[in-house]
Amino acid sequence: MPETVTIVDYGMGNLRSVQKAFQKVGAAAEISSDPAAIEKATRIVLPGVGAFGDAVKELRERELFISLQRAILAGKRFLGICLGFQLLFESSEESPGVRGLAIFRGQVLRIPSVVENDSFKVPHMGWNNLEIVRREGAFKNLPESPDFYFVHSYYVYPADSTIVSAYVRYGVPMCASIYSDGVTGYQFHPEKSQVRGLELLHHFTEC
Amino acid sequence: MLKSRIIPCLDVKDGRVVKGTNFASLRDVGDPVELAKRYCDEGADELVYLDISATVEGRKTFLDTLERTADSIFLPLTVGGGIRVVDDIRRLLGAGADKVSLNTAAVANPDFISEASGRFGCQCVVIAIDVKKGTDGITNCELRITNESKSEISNLKSQIASGYEVVTHAGRRPTGIDALSWAREAERRGAGEILLTSMDADGTKNGYDLEITSLISGEVGVPVIASGGAGKPEHLFDALTTGGADAVLVAGILHFGTYTVASLRDYLRGRGIKVRSAS
Repeated sequence: MPETVTIVDYGMGNLRSVQKAFQKVGAAAEISSDPAAIEKATRIVLPGVGAFGDAVKELRERELFISLQRAILAGKRFLGICLGFQLLFESSEESPGVRGLAIFRGQVLRIPSVVENDSFKVPHMGWNNLEIVRREGAFKNLPESPDFYFVHSYYVYPADSTIVSAYVRYGVPMCASIYSDGVTGYQFHPEKSQVRGLELLHHFTEC
Repeated sequence: MLKSRIIPCLDVKDGRVVKGTNFASLRDVGDPVELAKRYCDEGADELVYLDISATVEGRKTFLDTLERTADSIFLPLTVGGGIRVVDDIRRLLGAGADKVSLNTAAVANPDFISEASGRFGCQCVVIAIDVKKGTDGITNCELRITNESKSEISNLKSQIASGYEVVTHAGRRPTGIDALSWAREAERRGAGEILLTSMDADGTKNGYDLEITSLISGEVGVPVIASGGAGKPEHLFDALTTGGADAVLVAGILHFGTYTVASLRDYLRGRGIKVRSAS
């Protein structure tokens, strides 16, 4: 029996679909905005859509900001999805001057709309394939270039490229996922990526 | 590489999927949740639900249908139809929608786009633009007004620079707004995507309107979904190439079993379009 997954509710986004996706793979998934519950949790999921600055503000107002930092530093299993992934870094071009959770060094950058005279629609929206650079953990059994559903206008640029587990190409190569010491980050939406995405969530409940 | 998307659209009325031609003569197609699941299993890239219920009761039923759908499919789900205020959006997102599609309310009050985008993020705001070629709408207006406003009419005509006018209320109401300039304004106000429907082509099965699709897709920086007129797989190919669309909306071509999502996808792949690999 997998342990309970705690989904952090901070007023930003599609918690219900994340919860349903975890339930679909047989996990108990609870939604919580209680800092004490987050610190007690064993597996934490930070979803989220919206702006970086708003998210930090909401986390701080709910006193979740410090709790999340503590929980992650304590070595708990953590999964950040989309904006919840970007929040793990220091800052974002989307909201200059706002400091993120800063678990990892690095910035979140705007996706360029023109690269070498080719134009790219922003948001980067739809199915795109991962270029896996570390075939381990959740990625071990994925096919060669698996497609996942992306929707974002900003992308993570980690200072330490060794944490990157996959890239996605859209004009520029962008970090699509990271893994480091129990902390997983996905820029794409596993809960919206059908069977393949559910497999990744299932792995998180058992890793 | 980013893939071209095939997006089945289900018109939902009082808990059933219906399909009409030029927004008239509705035919019953089936149960929404069952159809949604089937399209997902066949490899649809996203789904669109349009609530065309006209009654309060119908809207309640729709929310229930939406919840049941969102709980059983793991794909992005866009919902449109009758969204007027921010609270409508909150309710729909809460019931499991990932994006909302705004149409008439955005034309009536463009600030609504900025408000929705600011509140929920541009990624969940789709602006649906219904267009008609020519200036039929204005001609209709012309019949109703007096000689004194003739000069205003010629002003209006010169404003429809793209040759396509935005229409609302399922195509019944002209607006005097140029389709291309409206698309640009929607983007500037925070639309994350544009769903472009040709009211002339819709339901005809004669193909998407490539002219306006390519014009708008080439001019805006957000993804454009082509809609209205798909009758054959070639039409999808044309919209994604000549039309420059990022995605194609399909309805009638699927509902009556002529083609499946899988057969459309295989066709496109065979012609060199990048589509999602089957899982």
